[in-house]
Amino acid sequence: MNSNRFIVTVIGCDRTGIVAKIATVMTDFNVNIVDISQTIMQTIFTMIMLVQAPKEGFDLAAFQAGMEGAAKELGVEVKVQHEDAFQYMHRI
Amino acid sequence: MLINPSEILETVRMVKMEHLDIRTVTMGLSLRDCADKDIRAFNEKVYDKIVSRAKDLVRVAGEIQSLYGIPIVNKRVAVTPIAVVAESCDAPDLVSTAKALDAAAKAVGVDFIGGFSALVHKGATPGDIRLIESIPEALASTDKVCSSVNVATTKAGINMDAVALMGEIIKRTAHLTASRDGIGCAKLVVFANAPEDNPFMAGAFHGIGESECVINVGVSGPGVVNSAIRELKDPDFTQIAETIKKTAFKITRMGEMIGREVSRRLGVEFGILDLSLAPTPEVGDSVAAILEAMGLERCGAHGTTAALALLNDAVKKGGAMASSSVGGLSGAFIPVSEDAGMIAAVEAGALRLEKLEAMTSVCSVGLDMIAVPGDTPASKLSAIIADEMAIGVVNKKTTAVRIIPAPGKGVGDSVEFGGLLGRAPVMAVSGFGSEVFIARGGRVPAPIQSLTN
Repeated sequence: MNSNRFIVTVIGCDRTGIVAKIATVMTDFNVNIVDISQTIMQTIFTMIMLVQAPKEGFDLAAFQAGMEGAAKELGVEVKVQHEDAFQYMHRI
Repeated sequence: MLINPSEILETVRMVKMEHLDIRTVTMGLSLRDCADKDIRAFNEKVYDKIVSRAKDLVRVAGEIQSLYGIPIVNKRVAVTPIAVVAESCDAPDLVSTAKALDAAAKAVGVDFIGGFSALVHKGATPGDIRLIESIPEALASTDKVCSSVNVATTKAGINMDAVALMGEIIKRTAHLTASRDGIGCAKLVVFANAPEDNPFMAGAFHGIGESECVINVGVSGPGVVNSAIRELKDPDFTQIAETIKKTAFKITRMGEMIGREVSRRLGVEFGILDLSLAPTPEVGDSVAAILEAMGLERCGAHGTTAALALLNDAVKKGGAMASSSVGGLSGAFIPVSEDAGMIAAVEAGALRLEKLEAMTSVCSVGLDMIAVPGDTPASKLSAIIADEMAIGVVNKKTTAVRIIPAPGKGVGDSVEFGGLLGRAPVMAVSGFGSEVFIARGGRVPAPIQSLTN
């Protein structure tokens, strides 16, 4: 684990305010969005973000809990996973 | 574009829909420095060492789980075979040591602790016999302790005295845990060619050729392989093998990443990654389902052995490509009780003991988590073990028997253990006896394949 970058996936029904709400939580934790991608997969809205967490004082568990709270309000599913989980599996 | 959405969604789907998980992070720990003539002092040293070395295992595994979003289902400890380290103990039995292991496992919060074990493939010392004789009570009076006995190797042949004894021990273990469907037997494995670095229970122990402390990781993922094959449109076998290889590669990479990070955080050497397709009772997370995805009407139909051979080989090839630390059992498991597809196949009359035995010649492990009638005599259990050991010894591979003579039950009944251990329908055994054969004793000599030097 070399970086402090995470992949945030949001899966659920499309509605207004998803990006705004998720981005607000990120701002609260000083997390920067590096890249963002949205697709509709089998009628399900999916948003994938690559985010950079601060090097110092970042509390992953609290950030994940914050995202969970936002997800609940929005009625979507959110996961925050370290980018290595994807890099290792798919890239050599 | 820094993100490749299809890769990310594939990983998310594997975990969420297809039950990809890290089945176990197992700390292998040497207890060789705990030997003591006084069994109480020995037990204290064993307890203290496990608690001091494994105290952070569960916490760190939890951190890694949330960091990567991949479930780590079990945390376990495997220790040096107790028969070896307790050899000099001045005590009539080793039940108190099993209790010390159990207490240590509970103190550190792990799911299982393995290593109440003996290696008697060529012969047994008094300490080995004392351990084996202690197994029934040890398993009946503990919750987390797992036991294994290696009774055969390709180099040594089959210790038929030990095979005969293990039939008796399994019967006694079932009897002592009769009120819980003989669950003690679900924590007892008889091995040929037991690996020293296997993270999976009930057969995990920390081999005597291992270092002081290591982290071994067992990855699973039958559901992922099952889905990958089912997505193919009318594939031939080459395409199926290729798909399994690629899937196994991805799963292995995930396991290695997690194993290395757990090791780093604990300051413990990374041992091996065991890529075994270990099913769970969840629907779809099934090795039987993979075989059926290849076109068999039911697991157990003619063609099942060939399908399993392809699967096991492709899993190994994908895994070996993905990591240089592949070890343990690494293949496909076919435990009956832990696999909904296997259970269904048995209940439909498609899968019988004889077919399972044939299947074990081409996959990792062996007759695993099978229930047989409670009145099956010890000699018949021993004969089942002997057959399985012969397959392992001749084929230079690990085989094992984890069999439950279900107390008070017969064919048509089933035993229920819950959790990962699942539910086992009672399977028929041969109506013909093997008593005289098993009573002979001695050793089946090592096969000609062993003369490689």
